[in-house]
Amino acid sequence: MAAEHPQAPLLVLDKATKSFGAVHALVEGSITLYPGEAHALLGENGAGKSTLVKILAGVHRPDSGVLEIAGQPLTLHGPASSRAAGISIIYQEPTLFPDLSVAENIYMGRQPLAAGRRIDRARMRKDAEAVFARLGVALDPDRLARGLSVADQQIVEIAKALSLEAKVLVMDEPTAALTGVEVERLFEVMRTLRNQGAAVLFISHRLEEVFASCQRVTIMRDGRYVRTAPIEDLTVDDIIRSMVGRDLDTLFPKTETVPGEVVLQVDNLNREGVFSDISFEVRRGEIVALAGLVGAGRSEVARAIFGIDRRSSGVVRISGTELSNGSPQAAMAAGMALVPEDRRQQGLVMDLALDQNIALASLGRLSKFGIIRRASESAIALTWAERLQLKFSRLKDPVSTLSGGNQQKAVLGKWLARRPTLLIIDEPTRGIDVGTKAEVHRILDGLVAEGMAILMISSELPEVLGMADRVLVLHEGRLTADLSRAQADENSIMRAASGLDAGAAA
Amino acid sequence: MTAQVELPPQPTLSRVGTLLRARELGIGIVIVVVFVTATLKNHAFANSHSFQQLLTGAALIALLGVGETLVIVTRNVDLSVGSVVGLSAYVVGDTFKHHPHTPILLGFVLGIAIGAAIGAINGLITTVARVPSLVVTLAALYIIRGVDGVIVNGKTIDPGSIPKVFQEVGYRTLFGLPWLAIIVAVVVAVVGYAMRSFRAGRDLYAIGSNPDAAALAGVPTGRRVFTAFLVSGSLAGLAGALFLALHAQVDVTGGNGYELTVIAAVVVGGVAIFGGSGTVLGAALGAVLLNTINQALVASKVSAFWNDAIAGALLLAAIAFDRWLSLRIARNLRSAEGAHRSV
Repeated sequence: MAAEHPQAPLLVLDKATKSFGAVHALVEGSITLYPGEAHALLGENGAGKSTLVKILAGVHRPDSGVLEIAGQPLTLHGPASSRAAGISIIYQEPTLFPDLSVAENIYMGRQPLAAGRRIDRARMRKDAEAVFARLGVALDPDRLARGLSVADQQIVEIAKALSLEAKVLVMDEPTAALTGVEVERLFEVMRTLRNQGAAVLFISHRLEEVFASCQRVTIMRDGRYVRTAPIEDLTVDDIIRSMVGRDLDTLFPKTETVPGEVVLQVDNLNREGVFSDISFEVRRGEIVALAGLVGAGRSEVARAIFGIDRRSSGVVRISGTELSNGSPQAAMAAGMALVPEDRRQQGLVMDLALDQNIALASLGRLSKFGIIRRASESAIALTWAERLQLKFSRLKDPVSTLSGGNQQKAVLGKWLARRPTLLIIDEPTRGIDVGTKAEVHRILDGLVAEGMAILMISSELPEVLGMADRVLVLHEGRLTADLSRAQADENSIMRAASGLDAGAAA
Repeated sequence: MTAQVELPPQPTLSRVGTLLRARELGIGIVIVVVFVTATLKNHAFANSHSFQQLLTGAALIALLGVGETLVIVTRNVDLSVGSVVGLSAYVVGDTFKHHPHTPILLGFVLGIAIGAAIGAINGLITTVARVPSLVVTLAALYIIRGVDGVIVNGKTIDPGSIPKVFQEVGYRTLFGLPWLAIIVAVVVAVVGYAMRSFRAGRDLYAIGSNPDAAALAGVPTGRRVFTAFLVSGSLAGLAGALFLALHAQVDVTGGNGYELTVIAAVVVGGVAIFGGSGTVLGAALGAVLLNTINQALVASKVSAFWNDAIAGALLLAAIAFDRWLSLRIARNLRSAEGAHRSV
């Protein structure tokens, strides 16, 4: 088939924009779907794919832009009107009702009715069975959704979408939790739907699946449409270049250091169903980045190392001493600090004063006979606020009044006040403006120069490439690469993160 | 076929499901056990009069439990029901006092209307202003008590000012069953059926089970939660009128503390306090169980102080049971998932 489509498009989204406060999640969201095609939507984490999906789902209303379905302009007023327009969505996270039966989960809000608008349970059950038969799975429609494995939950979602007989099926990373056979079955369903004239919008980080199942590809970057092309005109390298594409224009203040002795040693760390066989070490004076896609298990690994989540098996050592399982206190006592990803929820007490927040992790050292003097809190806070060049008006102001970047510095200060030997930092610069970003990077660089060991989780490739001495890549709970600073580039990391180079782990 | 092989083993989970569904049966058995034990200790416990007392005594709490179930199933709570009972009972009684020829049916309608109005306000504030219902209905509890106190102004409605026919609703029986119990049973049956077999009823469960998913499935969550509060308020208003018929007198303390008894009954009856599951039948049986224990202790001449302690212990047992269930399921889920990955 040539690039010219003989048919009229089924769905057109043209130049949709969406902002949340100051964050421009979608700057230019455009996509055109033709009947009978499977269309891949690709981009890095945060490229705006999920926002675009939520606009199609009727969850977000675009700030501007046009949506046309079968040539008719349409405004969606909510998920119900999106469904009425023939759009069906399979979300990345299953959206099931754990307390209800599988059949009810499929037909919620549109249960088959008998006389007197009663729900016809027998028919609902039979319909559900018929859908499962079409999918070739053996799931009991009467069992509760609670306790279903993630893969089975995803199958229920697929059954739901299938039973809608949708004209447009959107699948946001449906295969992340599925095994090979189930993925095959999903492709079969996609083929069937296409043959019936439906369009499938397929979002996946597994490029081999895109090549196996899609006819056209649209690539997004930084909330913008980049290009659309037939799959046969593209190579893996083309796609990755278009996805990553930006220049490393921010300068990273990276000082060369010589790594010292091993600080953190992780051996065969497992958490059942979350990640497995994670082994690596971090030395004094080096920044090790943990890269990977959202959901690959990076934060979960950090949580297990710090002891917030219990590990199923495996050993964590700090400077040679083995840490007891599931004890953040032990981890802290051994010199570990964790700056979490969500600073507002997990890193700070938003209503508490700046100095009290900074002193919070050091209270044991500050208290005498169990009594904490405010003056000593202020003293330690002032020391670190100055070192980190934290901008504030008064130490007694609640941290909620600070900007995002300064809040991040406050969390950093809180942990640095304990003088840790290992700092684990999760998304150090998420949601921080460019200027402060560079400052945070400079702080991290200064810390390793003084001999600290840092394990940095980051979804931003430029940050990983600019700051890390070594890059570990996780893919679906497994380490797929351990790259030196020289080996690491966009291509090698993205390939490992997509599971393309599964054998590359050292 | 291969599909069968891949699925994680499920027998334990479906057994748990059956157990959940059999919750009403379990409460029924406990009621019988308590009843038989009390009869063995004191033979008078089994006579028909005491049997009627069991049902009559549980009727109002069971009726309130029906409305409370609707609200709790959506992950909300209605703490105002006790106050509504008091206000409704007094206003209906006061109306009879000043207008002795008011038709008794109008008395019930008035009670329901008062409850409906309060339920609508609770529902509106909860859904439109998005204030947590715990706060909204706690405020309503105090405000209504205050208003009630002003209206009552230290007076009491006594049996003399309540029409005879109206009072009969409180003590007449049909085939040995108190009218009161029959009225409540009809409400339980109707609401229970609606919760099971109509889309709107299933929507309530969906909202409580996963609010975000309910919105994505196109469930009109605001409207449904509002309706739940409206029904809860209306039934509390009806319960107020029945309170007046049953006791034939009311003062400012009418319905005091009912809200906590109701919630206890509902939770003992298997309605999950965090929403999503439970039935109105279970809630009604929970009310009967609490009242049966209450009366059994009286019949066994155990100090009345033990009543509350035992109700509390039962509540803990019910919640511990739910917690145990969900932990079990979570554990099964994790190992099943692990098995899935290693395939």
